Amino acid sequence: MSVTESFPLYLIVLLPFLGAALNLLFGRRMSNGLVSLIACGSVAGAALVATKAVWILAHDLGVKGALTDQLFKGDWITAGDLHIAAGLALDRLSAIMVLVVTWIALLIHIYATGYMEHEADYSRFFGYLNLFTGSMLILILGDSFPVTFVGWEGVGLCSYLLIGFWYSEDKNATAGRKAFIVNRIGDFGFLLGMCLLYTAIGTLKYSELSSHLMQLRMPLWQGWPTAYWVALLIFVGCAGKSAQIPLYVWLPDAMAGPTPVSALIHAATMVTAGVYVVARTHVIFDITPSAAQMTVAGIGAVTALMAATIGIVQKDFKRVLAYSTVSQLGFMFVGVGTGAYVAGIFHLMTHAFFKAGLFLGAGSVMHAMGGEGDITKMGGLGKHMPITRWTFFVYCLAIAGIVPFAGFFSKDAILAGAFASHFEMAPTASAFQQHMIEWYPKLLWGILALAALCTAFYMWRLYFTVFTGRFRGTPEQEHHLHESPSEMTIPLIVLAAGALLAGLIGVPEIMVHGLPESVEHVLTFFNSWLVPSVLPASPEPHEHAVEWGLMAAATLISLGGIGLAAALYRGGISRTAESAKEKLKPVYNLLFNKYYVDEFYDLIIVRPLRVLAKVLWKAADAVVVDGGLTKVGPAIVGFVAGLTRRIQSGDVQRYLVAVVVGTAGILFVSTYWLPYAGVQGEVAKQGRKVTLDLSRGRVPDGRLVYQIDWDGDGKYEIVNTRFTKGHVHEYQNPGTYKIVVEARDPQWGVVKHSNDFFGARVPMTVTVE
Amino acid sequence: MDQLAVSVTSIGLSHFLVLGVIMLGIGVVGVFLRRNVLITLMSIELMLNAGNLTLLAFARAQHDMRGQALAFLVIAVAAAEAAIGLAIVVGVFRNRRNTDLDDLNLLRY
Repeated sequence: MSVTESFPLYLIVLLPFLGAALNLLFGRRMSNGLVSLIACGSVAGAALVATKAVWILAHDLGVKGALTDQLFKGDWITAGDLHIAAGLALDRLSAIMVLVVTWIALLIHIYATGYMEHEADYSRFFGYLNLFTGSMLILILGDSFPVTFVGWEGVGLCSYLLIGFWYSEDKNATAGRKAFIVNRIGDFGFLLGMCLLYTAIGTLKYSELSSHLMQLRMPLWQGWPTAYWVALLIFVGCAGKSAQIPLYVWLPDAMAGPTPVSALIHAATMVTAGVYVVARTHVIFDITPSAAQMTVAGIGAVTALMAATIGIVQKDFKRVLAYSTVSQLGFMFVGVGTGAYVAGIFHLMTHAFFKAGLFLGAGSVMHAMGGEGDITKMGGLGKHMPITRWTFFVYCLAIAGIVPFAGFFSKDAILAGAFASHFEMAPTASAFQQHMIEWYPKLLWGILALAALCTAFYMWRLYFTVFTGRFRGTPEQEHHLHESPSEMTIPLIVLAAGALLAGLIGVPEIMVHGLPESVEHVLTFFNSWLVPSVLPASPEPHEHAVEWGLMAAATLISLGGIGLAAALYRGGISRTAESAKEKLKPVYNLLFNKYYVDEFYDLIIVRPLRVLAKVLWKAADAVVVDGGLTKVGPAIVGFVAGLTRRIQSGDVQRYLVAVVVGTAGILFVSTYWLPYAGVQGEVAKQGRKVTLDLSRGRVPDGRLVYQIDWDGDGKYEIVNTRFTKGHVHEYQNPGTYKIVVEARDPQWGVVKHSNDFFGARVPMTVTVE
Repeated sequence: MDQLAVSVTSIGLSHFLVLGVIMLGIGVVGVFLRRNVLITLMSIELMLNAGNLTLLAFARAQHDMRGQALAFLVIAVAAAEAAIGLAIVVGVFRNRRNTDLDDLNLLRY
């Protein structure tokens, strides 16, 4: 059953935008209380409408049902053959995203009212935050690529605005610009993918993709099908937005923004947009051969491991979390890249809970520390801020993947999917390539397992370093340590509950075997909600033993990571940790400096660009423009002006002469000269039959009325015709005849004959044998 | 009586048009050549009236009352123009004690 029903989905989007407009336009004159009321209220309203919509979707519509909302009557963009309608659609996939985004955004808005209370630019912050929420909802609810793209760019803009929120510090503004520019690279790919898709199948609506599989399979370039290139280009966009190799470099720097921003935009929602888009357009990625999927999964896996290793040694609280986010996004991309779309989206959801929570916990800690973010200066905070500590404890368990916390189930689903996935190569692939393909899933699993080990280690290193042991900061800071206000702790508790419980709707099939059906239904709700109506089923290991084994391995790996972290950091940074750092100095430096990727980009992109810019500035701007054009131009203008200004004599009577002469001239040309100057005639002879063609000139047909005298006797044989062609006359006797054409301009009543048609060439005589 | 009627009917459209052209010509020449602003204004009025005469002549010849209506508009515009023009002349005279067009050339290059 596939039913679509109309629903005012625009309200979900409009409410946050309304809040943003109020706060940005009038926020400065409003009290902080009113500003936060508008901000939180508008998001709460959106959340309620969204919940209602999802309720309708779940209860009244079938599994393939969708709520739709057309935004404009008729088309949104029309240009030639291009017709694009704009609409919103809520199906089972976007329903999950919409609930996660609205409710987590609400929690973070509430948290921010506490976190930002001493901020002078309070209303601007909440205006941007609302603007972001609205854009994100457009991204999710868009029923086609262009609408999603509007939201996509909107969240990019808000991300830039909020990273550089404290723009008076150069570092923050630079981080904002970096995020924006890196994202532009991705967005360009996305845009190109969109254009390519449109030229290939002529539609950009998600719901129509699956009916164009034929065109998508057509080879386009280098023997690869259209779908492959579209998928790659779109993935470039996703890699930009979701911080994957090679475009992940902006996300760690994005931590320059206020912590609620990091939690909302750079952990829970915006950065997951890429994963969502891949799942949304899975039809394009599913098409065999699976090179596109392999690219996505491979990049995801490498990113997951690389970011996790960097996270191990970072000292800045939020930076660790940032690399953790990059790494977890890598996990999600492995999920969607191996066809385990449900697992990817599930991890997206659980990650939203615990990562938002981790960031908010970080914010709570930094709030207490007076803005200090270096974890080596913290320690023993647990006893000062118990709520933050224990919620953080829950999040850490969740992200490490310990049963029954949310991260366990989602990460397990991704690992199992990766392990069991199966890729197909083009038939032309060599035996070696075929061999590689067979081992590719196992390789992915191995990389992810290693990344999971690092994840457990760096998270618990963070936990132990910050919350246990002795305080390592200044006495003054220690004096100020306090638990955060309730508007900050309540979101922490709610998110902790989510991190604890959210996983329980996605329990693997084999674990619920034998349980009562109603319980089983709840425990496997996530999978049955999406499969097979919206997304294809995830690949699964064939044997239960393998699946149990994978689960056990994943748990052991996580416990190993936690154990290692506990050994090294429990109760403060141990001597062993310090000495290990000294012994592994080169590795430590490599990781601490993030594999020198930023330096590498600086060398191959930023510096050449700067050199180019400098050359253009010195050569093109300073010499050509400033030296040449700015002098030549005015000189010409001055010279011409010096001549022409003499017309401006100041004598009114001369002006009047000019006016009268000019008017007379225009009248003469337009009524007398122009209609006739264009008349041209040509004579064609065929025996005694003569054809006169008057259409060669520039006079349009019907402008003049002609009369033709074929023999110059003053009597017109053809009278009052507007036709310029087809005038034929057959002479009775041989001889030379004079032809006279009379043309009358009916508009002005002017009549002229062919002997004074102002230089026009009309034959005057014709000789017939 | 009969003779007179013939001569009256022989005054046709073209007579009015020719008169209009003559009036326009006098007006144009007046505007071009006379130095006195007041005479210039009068010449402009003469040109407007030449236009009026043409309008009326055509209206009458073609039995189309729109020409006459247009003439009323022209009269109204002419009145407004005269009022403003004279006001300007008075203003200029107060400032400069002179209304010779040749001397009113401050707005030159």
